[in-house]
Amino acid sequence: MPRPETPIDARLASVWATDPGFYGWLTAVNHRAIGLRYIATAFVFLLLGGILALVMRLQLAGPGLAVLTPGGYNQFFTMHGSTMMFLFAVPMLEGIGIYLTPLMIGTRDMAFPRLNAFGYWVYAIAGVTFYVAFLFGTAPDGGWFNYPPFSGPGYSPGAGIDFWVTMITFIEVAALVASVELIVTVFKQRAPGMSLNRLPLFVWAQLVMAFMIVFAMPPLMLVSVQLMLDRVIGTHFFNPAAGGDPLLWQHLFWIFGHPDVYIILLPALGIVSMIVPVAARRPMAGYTLVAMAIVALGFLSFGLWVHHMYATGLPVLGMNFFAAVGMMITIPSAVQIFAWLVTIWRGRVVMTAAFLHVIGFLVLLIMGGITGIMVSAPAFDWQVHDTYFVVAHFHYVIVGGAVFPIFAGLYFWFPKVTGRMLSERLGRWSFWATFIGLHIVFFPMHVLGFEGMPRRVYTYLAGLGWDGMNLVSTLGAFVMAAGILLFLVNAVVSLLFGARAGDDPWGGNTLEWATSSPPPPYNFLTIPVVRSRDPLWDETAAEHEGWVTSNPQHPRRDVMVTTLLDAAPDHIDLLPGPTIWPLWAAVGAAIAFLGSMIHLLLVPLGALIAVVAFVAWLWPPREELPA
Amino acid sequence: MTARMAAVAAVAVAVAGCGGVQSVLAPAGPGASRISELVWILMVGTIVPAAVVIALILYAVFRGRRGGGGPRVGDTRLIVLGGAVLPGLILLTFSALSARYSAEVAVPPSPPAFTVEVTGHQYWWEAKYPDHGVVTANEIHVPVGQTVRLHLRASDVIHSFWVPRLHGKMDQTPGHTNVWWIQATEPGVFRGQCAEFCGLQHALMALLVIAQPPAEFDAWIARQRQPAPAPADPIRERGRQVFVEAGCAHCHAIQGGHVPRFTGSVGPDLTHLGSRRTLAAATIENSRELLRAFVVDPHVFKPGVRMPATRLPAEQLDALLAYLATLQ
Repeated sequence: MPRPETPIDARLASVWATDPGFYGWLTAVNHRAIGLRYIATAFVFLLLGGILALVMRLQLAGPGLAVLTPGGYNQFFTMHGSTMMFLFAVPMLEGIGIYLTPLMIGTRDMAFPRLNAFGYWVYAIAGVTFYVAFLFGTAPDGGWFNYPPFSGPGYSPGAGIDFWVTMITFIEVAALVASVELIVTVFKQRAPGMSLNRLPLFVWAQLVMAFMIVFAMPPLMLVSVQLMLDRVIGTHFFNPAAGGDPLLWQHLFWIFGHPDVYIILLPALGIVSMIVPVAARRPMAGYTLVAMAIVALGFLSFGLWVHHMYATGLPVLGMNFFAAVGMMITIPSAVQIFAWLVTIWRGRVVMTAAFLHVIGFLVLLIMGGITGIMVSAPAFDWQVHDTYFVVAHFHYVIVGGAVFPIFAGLYFWFPKVTGRMLSERLGRWSFWATFIGLHIVFFPMHVLGFEGMPRRVYTYLAGLGWDGMNLVSTLGAFVMAAGILLFLVNAVVSLLFGARAGDDPWGGNTLEWATSSPPPPYNFLTIPVVRSRDPLWDETAAEHEGWVTSNPQHPRRDVMVTTLLDAAPDHIDLLPGPTIWPLWAAVGAAIAFLGSMIHLLLVPLGALIAVVAFVAWLWPPREELPA
Repeated sequence: MTARMAAVAAVAVAVAGCGGVQSVLAPAGPGASRISELVWILMVGTIVPAAVVIALILYAVFRGRRGGGGPRVGDTRLIVLGGAVLPGLILLTFSALSARYSAEVAVPPSPPAFTVEVTGHQYWWEAKYPDHGVVTANEIHVPVGQTVRLHLRASDVIHSFWVPRLHGKMDQTPGHTNVWWIQATEPGVFRGQCAEFCGLQHALMALLVIAQPPAEFDAWIARQRQPAPAPADPIRERGRQVFVEAGCAHCHAIQGGHVPRFTGSVGPDLTHLGSRRTLAAATIENSRELLRAFVVDPHVFKPGVRMPATRLPAEQLDALLAYLATLQ
């Protein structure tokens, strides 16, 4: 039941509102506006990356086809991998986190709203530049892993790799600021009473993801700067002729790259942990075990990068350590699977499109997980490494393990975000098309890998026994694409004509369901007091007894700051409002980063713009006197 | 472009027929054979528990829709048992097996008979037999039943040496020498393919390992040790001149007693070109017509290779091919 409006609602709204008009859109700092932009932009990149994949599948539908040139194919698979990892998966999950975290922990906005806006602009500029370069034919073609010496100045002299290196370094700035933002918000802005052991599991996952980004992205930024220096000013980090070593790249890249898989997986698992108890009408079983498993995944994921380097000639004894970690990381995943299993088993399941995606996710994650166990044995990996077996493995894990939960989450929270329900019927069709399509595309690839088909090949010879399975895989790609398209149709139609959702269409347990759909700019009228892990199930009146603002007659952008462990009220903090300066700071940083490819003078110029913007952004506002 | 690729498809080397050519699961040597055991153990060992868990999930959804219940064991116990203890035991076993198999297949089963130095180039393989004084390309002959040590190197970017029916793959990284081994337990032609992305023609960078009975292998070595014969007639002599004048000798070596010596090291050694089964890194068959077409424009077959197209008058081309035909 929607709550009646009160006079204080209007006053809060006027303080927290985003300015109207196009300029207002540019200056917005509200976490829901920023989160939605991340989600929408990442979805566009999902579609672009998917289109690239369809063209690649057409090229591989039969032996010796010429849909793409060899160079074109190399650009396409490089763009596909880079898009899905850097422009879709991480930003999408961060966007969902930025949108939902403040709602779930009961606060009005994130700790640094302007930093949030800055991060989004950096991401948007980097992503658009990357695709503009592609359209102008200067796309990178060294793979998303971009190994030197192939990606070095000697073998890839063109601008394509420069774009890749610069874009990667730049876009990680966005990932890092979003992480800092998430960590501080989760630690310091939880509603009173939401001690860490009452934190929703999705927020746990976001928290661990954010810490992982803080530790995983710097090695990537370091190594891409080294490559840039090799390319631009002639250093020799990766040049063996001058004492460098190509393996340095591989170590540093995978110290980022393997955790990155779990950076994508963890929040997706967190989404599942939110949907399962609501669908089963029962509190999550084994909450503490699941939270511990999330943290364990975060730590363990940093201990298996050599996983990707078994065939580089490292000592076998050392590899056994990484093999053991690679196998043991299954345990925290299995703990979560059993926690969901028990919750479902003991619950009263209400089948929805969101929950259907969760079941699909479970099946796919298990199927992708067991091939992960197989490839963590070095001897096994020596045969299937860099073959289609691995392509099958990680698409089951990433599409099944992350994209399916993302879709589940979109079905689950679409009503909260838009105030309208998605069509359940279209949702089921979309699910089956995607789920069946995925198996048709990727299952045969396991066999192709065993039959000796390497990855990253633009074509193959007839007579190797690969033709039929490749054709099947290509056909499946279009079934899968139809499923994604159906979701898109569903989203557009439901946005316009969908049934009204109400505040809490699913009978949810966490705070985001306590406010209206879509939530007002200030999220909650009163900041609720939390007494359990499922506040809405245990105390329906929670919202009506909390803190509103320090001066209800003349509210300001104030939020309650609470203590780290117990979330006891500590003090009131003022958040900054809308401003144009984060956009200018992002533009300045973009000129500095991207300009380094054109003229080195652009670097100090861009830095100057960014510094001016940072100063203006941080300039203290004049204290308004009470009238 | 379409027409070009059709050309490749039409003339591509006829690889054995009906699949299994590069199958990990059709081992023909002790390395691949032991690994295929591990493949089967891990497949069965993971698929069975995974199927049980998936069945449990579907059963739980089915029961859950009718109002649930589940076993009368505490949540925590169920989760710890099913999610940590049981998988932990299975995975410990797998870790031990993995360590054992990996250590075992990393070292040769018997002392190597000799060494072959295999160097990856964009986009072909050079194979040197230092013990025998033989150099060849894209075709490695080995005696059946004997272990051959490989020294794997790369001259430009990273490649990876992989002949699936004989053994797992090992990278060829510039600045490193990786020591690996192969052994074939039966005579045959085993196709391998580059397994690390190395550029435009990574897809068609293949090689053949030809396992022969030791006597045949010795005979092959003896033939490969022969220098190229001096041109026997004016046409072939003219062809040898074209080889120099058209620039072929900048890149290709032909070992023979004649002067000048051709010592180019960018492309494959051509001393025994005619003895090889394939051209263009195991991509097209080695016939006179295809060799001619390849010399005229290699980019029809493999866009992006470093060998340039030639614009020789027909007379010179004929002479060149006549000369190349003597390199048996």
